[in-house]
Amino acid sequence: MDSFLGINPVALFGQLLVGLINGSFYALLSLGLAIIFGLLRIINFAQGALYMVGAFFAWLGLQHLGINYWLALIVVPVSVGFIGILIERILIRPISNEDHLYGLLLTYGVALVLQGIFTHLFGSSGLPYSIPETLQGGANLGFMYLPTYRAWIIVISLLVCGSTWWVIEKTKLGAYLRAGTENSRILQGFGVNVPLMITLTFGFGVALAGFAGVLAAPIYSVSPDMGANILIVVFAIVVIGGMGSIGGAILTGLLMGIIEGLTKYFYPEASTTVIFLVMVLVLLFKPAGLFGKEL
Amino acid sequence: MMTQFFQSRLFLLAALVLALIIPWLVYPVLLMKILCFGLFAAAFNLLIGYAGMLSFGHAAFLSTGGYMTGYVMSEYGLTTELGILIGTAASALLGFVFGKLSVKREGIYFAMVTLALAQLVFFLYVQAPFTGGENGLQGIPRGKLFGVVDLSNNMVMYYFVLAVFLAGYWFIHRTIHSPFGHVLKAIRENEPRAISLGYNVRHYKLMVFIISATLSGLAGSTKALVFQLESLTDAHWHMSGEVVLMTLLGGMGTVFGPLVGASVIIGIQNLFSGGELGSYIHIIMGVIFIVCVLLFRNGIVGELNKVLKNNF
Repeated sequence: MDSFLGINPVALFGQLLVGLINGSFYALLSLGLAIIFGLLRIINFAQGALYMVGAFFAWLGLQHLGINYWLALIVVPVSVGFIGILIERILIRPISNEDHLYGLLLTYGVALVLQGIFTHLFGSSGLPYSIPETLQGGANLGFMYLPTYRAWIIVISLLVCGSTWWVIEKTKLGAYLRAGTENSRILQGFGVNVPLMITLTFGFGVALAGFAGVLAAPIYSVSPDMGANILIVVFAIVVIGGMGSIGGAILTGLLMGIIEGLTKYFYPEASTTVIFLVMVLVLLFKPAGLFGKEL
Repeated sequence: MMTQFFQSRLFLLAALVLALIIPWLVYPVLLMKILCFGLFAAAFNLLIGYAGMLSFGHAAFLSTGGYMTGYVMSEYGLTTELGILIGTAASALLGFVFGKLSVKREGIYFAMVTLALAQLVFFLYVQAPFTGGENGLQGIPRGKLFGVVDLSNNMVMYYFVLAVFLAGYWFIHRTIHSPFGHVLKAIRENEPRAISLGYNVRHYKLMVFIISATLSGLAGSTKALVFQLESLTDAHWHMSGEVVLMTLLGGMGTVFGPLVGASVIIGIQNLFSGGELGSYIHIIMGVIFIVCVLLFRNGIVGELNKVLKNNF
């Protein structure tokens, strides 16, 4: 392949692809955070840990229960969502009237416990999870080689993010959710069961993390600290995007993945820090975030 | 009143006497660790307890103080007080930068911004040449205080650390009880009202953030000299979480809470480290977090104050 202006297109597109994949995970995780934040006004620090739990559940299911990848894509988010429902009902509900910072501290504790349990059980080295047969291999696009599994991640994440956006913005169920975000007390006054809605919303937001965990299992090694590392980046992305809109969370996630990929190609030394630097710039020039409402 | 007992001269005198004798009874390095983390937690408490700002990035200040002091002490063989001064000043500068960026946002956003900025610093320290990467800085000389007092003896070092701790605590005490401190409490209780009264709230928040960062740096610098070691552990987000836990457990917004919290957490860590139970430590920390938030939001000292107030 010829190079243009000293740019090697194969390597560049390769990094762009990696960036898009990372962006897909960022989008799924920040979407979950945004949905939960909208209704509960807390930032779920356990979101990363539950993503890790999702990956471990996929691994355990395959190893011990014969649950294959496709089944795991359904079973794991449901079970992680169920854990989320328990967390909401048992731990978060009792402090829902306290300062919302306590919610952050509480979920931080939950994250430590989950990460500690899986470190204790499986050690901190990663476990392998093989790509399902139907998604192995790849296609040569001429300018780059595209592994099927990676294309699958991007397509399915966009599909899940897109349909979540559609449900929230365009359907009656979504209208309830948006109304709850605006003013949950008035919504309850109209006879909507808001506490149940909060529980299910938390469960769904967390299930998104579990889903991302299953997607991640075959390409990242399954390890206890995989969640914490990605979550802090997602926090920066949330600050960059602002919590203003569901679509904003998805777009910012993808965009930051791409920026990270480009940085890996042009200046690899900064690839771990570039998203944080973007956050600094956003704080300097648009403190409310790209999609956030003005303070 | 019993509540006043904790602030009484008699109590303070007794505590001081205890602090002076205790290194003859307990391993001084452990005590120095508690003092350093007690100061770190007290600096953190200044933000959360008196200004209502939850920082999740204080590891950056602890580690910056430690790395800078460690670097200048190892490279240039400075006297101890200069080494600590440089480390503390570096943290103050970093606190200014962090503060400028983060006080624009409130509440949960402030926590996320500080966490992300601290992670940025962590990645910088992973790559920077002067931090020694994964190995960290080892064998940092403690140096001679004012070029005279050799601090390589642990007992001598203990009394120096105690002096640093007391100076830091005294400074925090003065800050809280100054007019500045009262404005902070006003901001915590009702920010819009403080703004309407004409206070430049962001300026006050920035100031207290810098003070907190500076004292955290002082704690980090001193700690690096105590252990003669500085590593990435101090810059990791776990450390930011640990100082939150110490303060929460001891009692946010209380004078002695951070020291009590630091003692308990370090005691627990000491109990579990090394043994087979080592891998339980994060689970235990997490459980303490959850229990504190659910049942124990005033912390040990806060609850103790309540009991004393009701019964005496």
